Amino acid sequence: MLHIDHLRIGVVGKTILDGLDLDVAAGEVHVIMGPNGAGKTTLANVLAGRDGYDVSGRVLFDGVDLLALTPEERAAAGLFLAFQHPIEIPGVGNMYFLRTAVNAVRAARGFEEISARDFLTLAKEHMARLGMDPAFLSRSVNDGFSGGEKKRNEILQMSLLEPRLAILDETDSGLDIDALRAVADGIQRLRTPDRSFLIITHHRRLLDDIRPDQVHVLSRGRVVRSGDQRLASELEAHGYGPTLAGTSA
Amino acid sequence: MPDVIEDLVDREYAFGFHSDLDTDLAPKGLNDDVVRLISAKKHEPDWLLAWRLEALRHFVTLEEPTWPNVHHPPIDYQDMHYWAAPKPKGPAPKSLDDIDPEIRATFDKLGISLAEQQRLSGVAVDAILDSVSVATTFKAQLAEAGVLFCSFSEAVREHPELVRRYLGSVVGIRDNFFATLNSAVFSDGSFCFIPAGVRCPMELSTYFRMNAAQTGQFERTLIVAEEGASVSYLEGCTAPMRDENQLHAAVVELVALDDASIKYSTVQNWYPGDANGNGGIYNFVTKRGRAGARARISWTQVETGSAITWKYPSVILQGDDSVGEFYSVAVTTNHQQADTGTKMIHVGRNTSSTIVSKGISAGQAQNTYRGLVKVLRSASGARNHTRCDSLLIGSRCGAHTFPYIEVKNDTAQVEHEASTSKVSDDQLFYCRQRGLTQEDATSMIINGFCREVFDELPMEYAVEAQALMRLTLEGAVG
Repeated sequence: MLHIDHLRIGVVGKTILDGLDLDVAAGEVHVIMGPNGAGKTTLANVLAGRDGYDVSGRVLFDGVDLLALTPEERAAAGLFLAFQHPIEIPGVGNMYFLRTAVNAVRAARGFEEISARDFLTLAKEHMARLGMDPAFLSRSVNDGFSGGEKKRNEILQMSLLEPRLAILDETDSGLDIDALRAVADGIQRLRTPDRSFLIITHHRRLLDDIRPDQVHVLSRGRVVRSGDQRLASELEAHGYGPTLAGTSA
Repeated sequence: MPDVIEDLVDREYAFGFHSDLDTDLAPKGLNDDVVRLISAKKHEPDWLLAWRLEALRHFVTLEEPTWPNVHHPPIDYQDMHYWAAPKPKGPAPKSLDDIDPEIRATFDKLGISLAEQQRLSGVAVDAILDSVSVATTFKAQLAEAGVLFCSFSEAVREHPELVRRYLGSVVGIRDNFFATLNSAVFSDGSFCFIPAGVRCPMELSTYFRMNAAQTGQFERTLIVAEEGASVSYLEGCTAPMRDENQLHAAVVELVALDDASIKYSTVQNWYPGDANGNGGIYNFVTKRGRAGARARISWTQVETGSAITWKYPSVILQGDDSVGEFYSVAVTTNHQQADTGTKMIHVGRNTSSTIVSKGISAGQAQNTYRGLVKVLRSASGARNHTRCDSLLIGSRCGAHTFPYIEVKNDTAQVEHEASTSKVSDDQLFYCRQRGLTQEDATSMIINGFCREVFDELPMEYAVEAQALMRLTLEGAVG
C-alpha cells in the first residue's frame, strides 16, 4: 500500500531524512520509534503533504505518486494524519468542521453528501465509543480542549473519515490511562484487512494493546533497525543507545 | 518556504455592471444654485431649503479632515455632479408595474426583484438608484401596523412635521465635514417611523445603487422608533465598476425613544476599485443613534467594499439603562483602506455598551479600528466591553487599532481586549489534511473569526455575508 523508496527530506539546507526506505502492506500496523529529532514528525508531515521541505525520492500510495498530490488530494485518496499537536480553529464548530471534512472526502471518492441529521447520528455513535461528550460537537474545533480531548478528537476524525492509511503522530503522548485506553480501542476498532497504520510513538504501552506487525527505529535519517514488538520492549528496557551504537556506520 | 499567500489574484466585482438609463444630471459643482436646484427638483418646503443653505454656508468654512488613517488624492468638490436621477419615461410610476423596465432589470440583476420581494419575501425594500428612491415595497401592509416606510423625499411631502422634528436631531448640520456636505446636498434616502408600542412586523431594508458616472451619492436615512417600539433594518449597497473614484457621503440618524429598540445592519459592498487601486467608492459616512431610557441601539456592519471606508456608527446613551452595541466585520483587500469603528457616549446612569470589531486585511490593504468610549460625569455605573480582533492575510497588509477611552465617572467599568493574528499555515494544513481545499479552508477559518458578528445579522443576511466574504477574499490566499 505504502512504498517509500529512498526518501530524502531537507529543510533550510539541513538534511532530516537521508534515504529512508519503508514498505507497509495493506492491513499492517507499523510503528516508528526513535530519539527526539530523528525526523519522525517530519516524515509524517511530508507524507501528508505539508510544504516547506525539500523532498526527493519516491513515495507510492496504492501505486500512485503520493508526492505529486496536494494535501487534500492525499486526504481524498485515504491518507489521514492524527496531529501531534492538533490545531485550534476558533469560531468554527466541531460538528460543522467534521461534516465538511467528511463530505469533502466523500465527494472526492464519488459518494453523495451525508445530511446534517445522518451525520449527527453517526458522529454521536462514534463519540459514545470514544467516551466523548456530544457537547464537543458544538464547541469550536480543538479550541480550549485539554490535551486528552484533542487526541480523542483526532481519533474521532479518523474513525469518521475511514482512511486507507492512518498516520498517528505521538497520539499516545501525554494521555492519562483512560484516554490511552480510548485511543488504543479506537485504533483497534478500525483495523481491517485493507487499512494500514503508521504509528509514531515513544511508548511501548500503546503497543501492548495494538500488537503491531513491525517496529522500526529511525535515526540519522534512516531506518536503522526493524523488528517485531519485542524490539519496542528492548528499547524501553535499554534505551536507544545500544541499538544505535550497534548500527552506526 | 514558498509563501503561497503572497500570490494575490485579481478578484472580480460581481456587481460592476452599468445600466443604460437616461439620466437627469445637475451641472457639476457645489454652490447655492445647485442646492436650490436639488431642493426645487424635490418640491421641498422653504424650511428645508433654508436648512440646506445654512449647511452649505457652514461647509465652505470647513477643511476636509486629515486625521483618518487613509490616503487619497485631494477630492475636488466642484468637479462632481450632486444630483443624478433616472429620467422618467412618461408620467411618474403609480405602482411597481409602472417602473421603467431598465430600472427593474438593474435591481433584478442585483438579486432584488422588487415584484418578487413584494410577493414572496417578508422583507420590505426601499430601492434607491443614484439620487432617487425607485420603489418601496410592502407599504400597504406596513401602514396597517402604523409603520411609515418610504423614501425621504416622500416623507418630506407627506409627513413634514415628523421630518422637521427629527432631521438633524442626532447628526446636526455642523457635525462634521461630510455630514455638513450631506446636509446641503442630500438627495434621497429612506425614512422610517415606528409608532409607540409597535413592533415592526417585518424586516425593513434599503438598497442603494450608484449608477451614473462622476456622481456623488448623498443619501439621508432617518429612523424613529417611538416609546416601546422596535424595528430591524438592513441596508445593502453596490455600484458599477468605474475608473474614477466616486464619493458616497451618507448620514444615518436613529432615534430610539424610551424603551425602544433599533437594530441596524449594513452589508456594504460598494465597488472597491481594481487590483491596482484604481477607481472605487469613497465611503465617508456618518451614522449615529440616540437612545432614550432603557432603549437599545445595535449596529451590525459587514464592510467588504469601497476603496476607502470612513465611518463610525455611534450611540449616544442618553437615557438611564440604555444599551448600545456595535458589531463589525471590515474586510480590506488589494489597495482598500478602512478606518472604521464606533463611538459610545455614555450620558445616562447604568448605561452599557458592547463593541466587537473584527478587521481582516489582505493584499496591501490597511485596516484601522478607531473607537471612542466616553463616559460622562453623569453616567454612574456605566459599563463598556470592547473586543477588537485583527486578522492578517499575507505580509504586506496592515492592521491598526486606535482605542480612545475617556472616563469622567469613577464608578464606570471599561474593558478593552485586542488581538492580532494571521491565518496560520498550521490551520490551513490541518483543514487541507482533512480534505478541504485551500479556498474552503480559508473561508472556513475567516468565517470562524467573524462568527460573533455574523451571529448578530438576520439569518438570511448572515448567509449572504458569508458568501460575500468568500467572494471578496477569493484568491487572497492561495
